[in-house]
Amino acid sequence: MAVKALKAYKFDAADTQDKFHGNQLLYVGWDKHLMFCAPFAFALPSTTRFGDLCDKILSKSFGYHPDWAKVDLAKAVWKKSGQPWQPDMNKTLAELGLKHKDALRFETPGLNGIQGSCS
Amino acid sequence: MDMQATKKKVGLKEKYAHMTRGLGWETTYQPMNKVFPYAEFEGIKIHDWDKWEDPFRLTMDAYWKYQAEKERKLYAVLDAFAQNNGHLGVTDARYINALKLFLTGISPLEYVAHRGFAAAGRNFPGVGPRVACLMQSLDEVRHAQTQIHALSNYNKHYNGFHDFKHMIERVWYLSVPKSFFDDAFSAGPFEWMIAIGFSFEYVLTNLLFVPFMSGAAYNGDMGTVTVGFSAQSDEARHMTLGLECIKFMLEQDPDNLPIVQKWIDKWAWRGTRVLTLVGMMMDYMLPKRVMSWKEAWEIYFEQNGGALFNDLARYGIKVPECLSQTAIDKEHISHQAWATFYQYGGASDFHTWMPTDEEMDWLSAKYPNTFDKYYRARFTHWRDEAEKGKRFYNGTLPMLCQVCQIPMLFTEPSDPTQICYRESEYQGEKYHTCSDGCKHIFDDEPEKYIQAWLPVHQIYQGNCFNEGVDPTAPGFDPLAEVLKWYHVEHGRDNLDFEGSEDQKNFAAWRGLATKNV
Repeated sequence: MAVKALKAYKFDAADTQDKFHGNQLLYVGWDKHLMFCAPFAFALPSTTRFGDLCDKILSKSFGYHPDWAKVDLAKAVWKKSGQPWQPDMNKTLAELGLKHKDALRFETPGLNGIQGSCS
Repeated sequence: MDMQATKKKVGLKEKYAHMTRGLGWETTYQPMNKVFPYAEFEGIKIHDWDKWEDPFRLTMDAYWKYQAEKERKLYAVLDAFAQNNGHLGVTDARYINALKLFLTGISPLEYVAHRGFAAAGRNFPGVGPRVACLMQSLDEVRHAQTQIHALSNYNKHYNGFHDFKHMIERVWYLSVPKSFFDDAFSAGPFEWMIAIGFSFEYVLTNLLFVPFMSGAAYNGDMGTVTVGFSAQSDEARHMTLGLECIKFMLEQDPDNLPIVQKWIDKWAWRGTRVLTLVGMMMDYMLPKRVMSWKEAWEIYFEQNGGALFNDLARYGIKVPECLSQTAIDKEHISHQAWATFYQYGGASDFHTWMPTDEEMDWLSAKYPNTFDKYYRARFTHWRDEAEKGKRFYNGTLPMLCQVCQIPMLFTEPSDPTQICYRESEYQGEKYHTCSDGCKHIFDDEPEKYIQAWLPVHQIYQGNCFNEGVDPTAPGFDPLAEVLKWYHVEHGRDNLDFEGSEDQKNFAAWRGLATKNV
């Protein structure tokens, strides 16, 4: 349904990709590890290699968790927008078809957070 | 010859008529619909504004008298509080952080409510609601002022109180209450009345005021308690106005029912999300607890709200559709929110901490189904790490909900171990929401919510640094620059309570007051 208004109601979206200085937004959440209260938001060039995202960026963001040392991201189970999705560590975000504001989440089978509490 | 003035006093009923209905007139230079352009576009049909019943029958002359009396009493208490160093009488300096949350998150909303009711009063063609909205508008600016005055006593001694006016426009978590009111204020006057007058002031107000004001009483803060008392009779009037307004809309035309129901569903959910902040305050920030968030929710929303909706059922109004989800959420949201503020404690203007063992036992007793199972291990782990010198500060920005603007911290209603992700697409762009409730609101008016000022995205766009700052300079520290732009002083206003200046000062000053040195 449209907004009811006195005049034509047309405004620009606040977060289109052109406003991010050559970057795109990508969200990444680690399932069953709620010690990180919410998925992370990253602003990255579309030329970022997925392997670099995992090794350099995610490891920094998730590294505080004691489970992180046991994570093998090659064996992680990924989802994009809730649907099964397969990354390729050598491809870039663009080559993997990841678009601005895509949401990824991954599960690390066997790892269920602090004392199995999914924290 | 002098005119003989009549000695007869005007009766109350007559006076009310003169001072309200008697003040209105039909315009002739311009047609009424041009003078009141906002009265019809929302689709609400009003046939007879004279059917408006004002249950209070308060007129402006009496209003000033009542309010002046209340002000005199309040400021006498506030002066005494300041002169007697009342701040040293609170249970524990941790409590003062609840006041920072109140000043930054609630008082600015009182001010927006003032503006919103002034606008509603201007935009309604009916005289009865115009006068009632005028009084509420004045009440709201009074509440903003009295709160600011009461809390300025704390600003003399503690950190984080210094710039709430600047922060409401900028600080990440304050975009949650701010966007709530912006959403209501940018709607038409009828939606405003359902959003703020009814949902917020009637259905949810007890969940805001009782926790903060009882919290103040339980924790020895008589200044803030008195502010609450001074506002109480105003609040009672606001609740009645909200209820009268909804009944009036429903009685005027049957076509109004689906519109009103849609707004009730929307604003009950929006309000519930905002109150997450209050839930966390009740369960974690009060050294001496009043009751748990879950208990408050059950009494004030489920029981009292239930009775209200039974009363409205005769108009065809149904309970808000979010009720089944809130019944699940009430066991989780306060813990999830405190976990969020704890880990992003580097970026807020108040201190955070982990509960003691005793406090965790209280939480277990109050939340037997959830606390030990889902949260205790997390909190104990963080506390242990902090004791080893590895206090957790999350340095990566979180994903936010496009509608409520809260980080995506809420879990699936069917699975408390799984973050709830919802997604919509509008004009080729993706939008993420935290729940079915927020997704539904987005999908209903996407044109509105695509404009949201989401703090995380704004930081990535480079809009949250002071002028002249170069984000491409070597060694650029985005968090440090964002804090400067927030006017949050790193190491003083933020971080853990343990080791804070507030903690040290309070202990030293209280020591001076109670011991021989």
